[in-house]
Amino acid sequence: MTYTSFLADYGSRFVDGALVTAIQFLCSLGLAVLVANLFGLMMLSSNPVLRRAAVGYVEFFRGTSLLVQLFWLFYVLPLFGITLDNFLTGFLAVGLNLGAYGAELVRGAIQSVPRGQWEASYALSMSAAQRMRRIIIPQAFVTMLPAWGNLVIELLKSTALVALIAVPDLMFEARQLNNTTYLSTWTFGTALVIYYVFSRFLITPCMRWTERIMARRIGRA
Amino acid sequence: MQWDFAFTAEILPKMLWATGNTLLAAGMGYAIAAVIGLLFALAQRTPLRILTYITREIVEFIRSTPLVLQIFFVYYVGPEYGLYLSPWVAGMIAIGLHYAAYISEVYRGGIESVPKGQWEACIAINLTTMQTYRRIVLPQALPPSIAGMGNYLISIFKDTPILSVIGVAELMQAANAVGGQNYRYLEPYTMVGVIFLVISLTAARAIRWFEATVRRKLGMQ
Amino acid sequence: MMEDLSSYPLELVGPDIPMVRFMKVRKSYGDLIVLDNLNLDIAPSEMVSIIGPSGSGKTTVLRMLMTLETINGGVIYVDGKPLTHMPKNGVLVRADAKYLRKARSSIGMCFQHFNLFPHMTALQNCMEGPVLALGLSRREARERAEELLLMVGMIDKKDQHPSRLSGGQQQRVAIARALAMRPKVMLFDEVTSALDPEVIGEVTNVIKDLVFKHRLTMLMVTHQMGFARDISDRVCFFYGGKIEEQGSPAELFSNPKSKRTQQFLSAVKAAD
Repeated sequence: MTYTSFLADYGSRFVDGALVTAIQFLCSLGLAVLVANLFGLMMLSSNPVLRRAAVGYVEFFRGTSLLVQLFWLFYVLPLFGITLDNFLTGFLAVGLNLGAYGAELVRGAIQSVPRGQWEASYALSMSAAQRMRRIIIPQAFVTMLPAWGNLVIELLKSTALVALIAVPDLMFEARQLNNTTYLSTWTFGTALVIYYVFSRFLITPCMRWTERIMARRIGRA
Repeated sequence: MQWDFAFTAEILPKMLWATGNTLLAAGMGYAIAAVIGLLFALAQRTPLRILTYITREIVEFIRSTPLVLQIFFVYYVGPEYGLYLSPWVAGMIAIGLHYAAYISEVYRGGIESVPKGQWEACIAINLTTMQTYRRIVLPQALPPSIAGMGNYLISIFKDTPILSVIGVAELMQAANAVGGQNYRYLEPYTMVGVIFLVISLTAARAIRWFEATVRRKLGMQ
Repeated sequence: MMEDLSSYPLELVGPDIPMVRFMKVRKSYGDLIVLDNLNLDIAPSEMVSIIGPSGSGKTTVLRMLMTLETINGGVIYVDGKPLTHMPKNGVLVRADAKYLRKARSSIGMCFQHFNLFPHMTALQNCMEGPVLALGLSRREARERAEELLLMVGMIDKKDQHPSRLSGGQQQRVAIARALAMRPKVMLFDEVTSALDPEVIGEVTNVIKDLVFKHRLTMLMVTHQMGFARDISDRVCFFYGGKIEEQGSPAELFSNPKSKRTQQFLSAVKAAD
């Protein structure tokens, strides 16, 4: 069997898997961004209850392993009567976990906006919300974009774990194919290359492009 | 669903023993990663352009693809070429290489943080390149690398559960086994989570302390 | 383009060979010519100061001599032997790493920013080169280092790390570190420029000692005209990658011939 005929026979399986991975990726990215902003801002809140809750969330999700969280959601939650669909469980776990890392980035970026900017907006008698929205967040956003670039790649890689709770993503398909064909080099190798193309030629250029656009918009480039 | 304390006590010894294995896996994987990572970093600093380029691409590829897939790849591809690796060996190779790619970046950053004047002073007192690295550059590259190195130690520890996919007898594998035998997942998975949380939070504190100590010992505040 | 090196001697011979000879040395970065056809001899035990506006190539002269920069043309000789090149089959070819390492062992250098090794004490800084590069035993190296630290007045701080020392103290340790290699030629690259005014004296006093007591061959780039005048045998004024004018300090400072030298000196005086 040649690699070409292997692809002709099983190529569609890789495509199906890649599509599921792509959707998993987008859903968990959306969730992660939401979680990151929510908890990142909460960590900076002047309300100690909110602050502590956010710190607790971040420490918890960063301190336990993603796979453990995934299995807990999948195997333990149903015991309490909450049964979630595999797909939903998958991106919930990935999104909640990576969101905790993202929250740290949000917090750090907002804190890195120089004091003078806060004081200047105070001097212009902006409200706290205006100050955040118009002055602080745009600058913090540009600051944290490069770090998000790495985080987004991590997020894509993390989605591969959902295969272990039988979400039919790229990883899952590769494993299934390996079990039926025993062509390990081709199956796993092809999957590796697809993941590589995703991150190197889709995600990275997109992030770079966003970085450039945003930097220009706030006059840093 | 009620928490069963008797069951917890019954499985605790097994879980703790598996924790030992998890720590062992993390330690060994980290040791491999630290050595290969240094080779990756130094390979990118030789005057040989082609070696720099190839190493760069390898590092990029490893960093852009999921660890779980790499573990499967290493474990299953060997036998196709007559090379049978035990789960432990395959797991250590995969996780070691994966983190070597990350750690090489930490080393690179550390080496690049050593000011140019230090290299020039080494020429002025006529040290060889080897002596310069060993005595002057690497010792100074160390302290700024500790935080990054420490974070990856914790990351590698949190990624060891993935080794359960090829049957390495670490904590996650133990929880799967115990859960499967007794049809109770609440206690084992929750215990895994708690153990991970405790160890990684403790380790994070220890690393911060260690970094401060090394800086003080080397007289660099 | 390969340079024709056949006209350069394999080594300098004769009774009065200079300690350092720059022979038609050229240095450029791309299109920018930093040094153009430089010819400069430094006699044994001579103290030569280089002055001039920034960008005139004066620091480059020292860096080339320390082999921190490669040259684009010409040859540098130290103690009669080529430094930048080596003899091979009767002609000079560009020196390889091994030759360069051996040849540069006769040069010592002190830097504007000291470049002490921050993870080592003052004593360890001074022992590192002798042990690793000269192969001295630790005991010999320690004796030599302590002797030199005593000479620069830093013996009571020998177990301190650089971060605990003032700029002037660090620079004195750096001088001891360079001297520990027993160089034939010492280079001082703006060694007082990064210092607070009140500690400049402690460094210049050490250099004065080296000049008047130890008669080392020295080449110094400096912005301190008074100091250059006090201790130099000869002063070279660099302008635009060339020696615009040179002579004894008395001539050059009191009676500069070139218009550019006059302008530079009066500008410096006005700034003081």
